[in-house]
Amino acid sequence: MTPLLTVDHLTIRFGGLVAVDDVSFTAGDRRITAIIGPNGAGKTTVFNCLTGFYKPDVGRMRVAKDGQEWLLERMEGFRIASQAGVARTFQNIRLFPKMSVLENLLVAQHNELQRASKFSLAGLFGLAGFRAAERAAIERARHWLDRVGLIAVANDEAGSLPYGAQRRLEIARAMCTGPRLLCLDEPAAGLNPAESATLAALVRRIRDEDGIAVLLIEHDMSVVMEISDRIVVLDHGRKIAEGTPAEVRDDPEVIRAYLGAAEDEVAN
Amino acid sequence: MGGERLSTALREALASAFVAFLLALPLVGFRLSETQQGIGIVTRFDWVAWGVACVFAGRLLMAYWRGSRADILGHLPAMPALPAVSGKAFVAIFLIFAVAMPFLPFSDRYLVEIAITVLIYVMLGWGLNIVVGLAGLLDLGYVAFYAVGAYTYALLAVNFELSFWLCLPLAGLLAALFGILLGFPVLRLRGDYLAIVTLGFGEMIRVVLLNWKDFSGGPNGITSIPRPSFFGLDFAREAEEGQTTFSAFFGLEYSPMHRIVFLYYLILVLALVTNFFTLRMRRLPVGRAWEALREDEIACRALGINPTNVKLSAFALGAMFGGFAGAFFATRQGFISPESFSFIESAVILAIVVLGGMGSQIGVVIAAAFLILVPEMLRDFSQYRMVMFGAAMVLIMLWRPQGLVAHRKPSARLEAGA
Ligand SMILES: Nc1ncnc2c1ncn2[C@@H]1O[C@H](COP(=O)(O)OP(=O)(O)OP(=O)(O)O)[C@@H](O)[C@H]1O
Ligand SMILES: [Mg+2]
Repeated sequence: MTPLLTVDHLTIRFGGLVAVDDVSFTAGDRRITAIIGPNGAGKTTVFNCLTGFYKPDVGRMRVAKDGQEWLLERMEGFRIASQAGVARTFQNIRLFPKMSVLENLLVAQHNELQRASKFSLAGLFGLAGFRAAERAAIERARHWLDRVGLIAVANDEAGSLPYGAQRRLEIARAMCTGPRLLCLDEPAAGLNPAESATLAALVRRIRDEDGIAVLLIEHDMSVVMEISDRIVVLDHGRKIAEGTPAEVRDDPEVIRAYLGAAEDEVAN
Repeated sequence: MGGERLSTALREALASAFVAFLLALPLVGFRLSETQQGIGIVTRFDWVAWGVACVFAGRLLMAYWRGSRADILGHLPAMPALPAVSGKAFVAIFLIFAVAMPFLPFSDRYLVEIAITVLIYVMLGWGLNIVVGLAGLLDLGYVAFYAVGAYTYALLAVNFELSFWLCLPLAGLLAALFGILLGFPVLRLRGDYLAIVTLGFGEMIRVVLLNWKDFSGGPNGITSIPRPSFFGLDFAREAEEGQTTFSAFFGLEYSPMHRIVFLYYLILVLALVTNFFTLRMRRLPVGRAWEALREDEIACRALGINPTNVKLSAFALGAMFGGFAGAFFATRQGFISPESFSFIESAVILAIVVLGGMGSQIGVVIAAAFLILVPEMLRDFSQYRMVMFGAAMVLIMLWRPQGLVAHRKPSARLEAGA
């Protein structure tokens, strides 16, 4: 089976710092692939390359599904989401805080709705085709609100939600774009154990029921070990290990990277 | 504790006094005066001393008794409550009043003229609201589009004798084109940088109009711009060859009020169209994308939204309404010159949007009425007028940093059940 995402020799420098150094890995379709590593390892930078926010200096990122393929490094940033179907969340949540929860999910379906509104003309006159598309969009939003348990606050301002709810809303919003690959950047950060468990279940259902590939950056090892199919370990921009949770857990390089980081922190 | 507070208060008072001194010395301290020998300089250091002393004492008292700025806010009297009517009722009352306004017993020519001016600014405010309030793009050069609209109509009507009704869409179209023209170079800019470039753009248009004499008449502007007609009927005392006047057609006695009332309804309709259009757009994907762009551009891109299209559409549509308003302005005045399109106009329009509460349509109406009517009402205070006006604006911003109407209604609701 060909993997959904293939990353080859990804390298990006910021001045003298090599933030990601010749990293290659794959992410299988309908699999959860975790990217872990100490702070500053370059995990978020990999996401930023995948989603077009940074242009890598070297490397190839390929998404392939159903006989089609997209080379992400050659695409304009916003097209990566709309065409290649790579959706993401952010390490520090980026919702549209003044807009309602429902509106956040409708914005995620912008391209479809825009087409249905015939670039606003049909929408302006309230034509039936557009209204049907809008109803469908609201239904999809309702489905995801249900999945993440936010249906009761659908009409509230997104910015007024508690932290954990905002994290789940961001995932729902990414899913409303209808992605092939979902990239989650530390979705469990700042959640309490109960919320983390709910989140793990949610991500697992996205893989199993929606059949979507997930890339997961996460520091919470209980979540990572529990739901990941494969784990890629980065340290100082380099890939130091890759394998199943069991393999990675016992890898001496990984243990050293994490212990080393811990010693650094003690020294500080 | 008390000593520490006194010493901070003293320090603050000294600093304020020093600033006052720096300002007062050149502004108040020296004065040109004509004497027999020509022009001389009179010094008024005693005035400066009094001024500085007042500032020192005032600041000391304020700082000592109230401690911090937050406390000063706490001591402000509460903002007078806005009338507690629902949005719908308010809109209905407002609409009825607006439609009936020219025929109310107290309405005279002066009042209707002011109402027209207010409505022009309401329309401009609603137009700019698309760019600033919804899309969050700080535009300090909005007056440029107003100018483009005004000159488009004036030039087409004077040189080619095209009618107002034909020129109106052309003016809007051309202004929209200029909106896109401005949009392209500023696509990557945000916030302060965008504001500076748009400010420059606004001035550029004005300077071109001022200096390109063959095209725009330069500082003399364009005169005898045709007035609009009522479906081909002129508002004039005497009919031209082969034409009928409005008053003759309807068998009315000629009155200059006819034209003014007609202009009033014309701008009312134009403004309402702007409003209706904006309200509709807000509920469409583009409108939601505008607001999303204001909230977080990076998130927009991650969701597959092309920020270029979103920004350009906001610039173009906002500019279009500026162009409509400009064409109306030209036909109303019958005369335009670059002077009418200075930066201060952009500033007033922006103030209307900010004061009204970014993105709020009703807020724009209230703020426009306030910003145009208050200076009018304060005419009796002549030279203190602008000071009082400024103070009123400061007070409003202290009371309501979010603007008069900060409430935002979601563009879609999820109904319970199903
Ligand atoms: N735009 C940038 N300019 C300069 N340096 C950057 C930039 N983005 C990231 N870096 C650097 O690249 C390195 C990797 O950062 P990155 O954010 O990818 O780490 P991370 O693995 O996500 O860490 P964390 O777990 O703390 O989120 C860091 O040293 C960071 O300072
Ligand atoms: Mg990170």
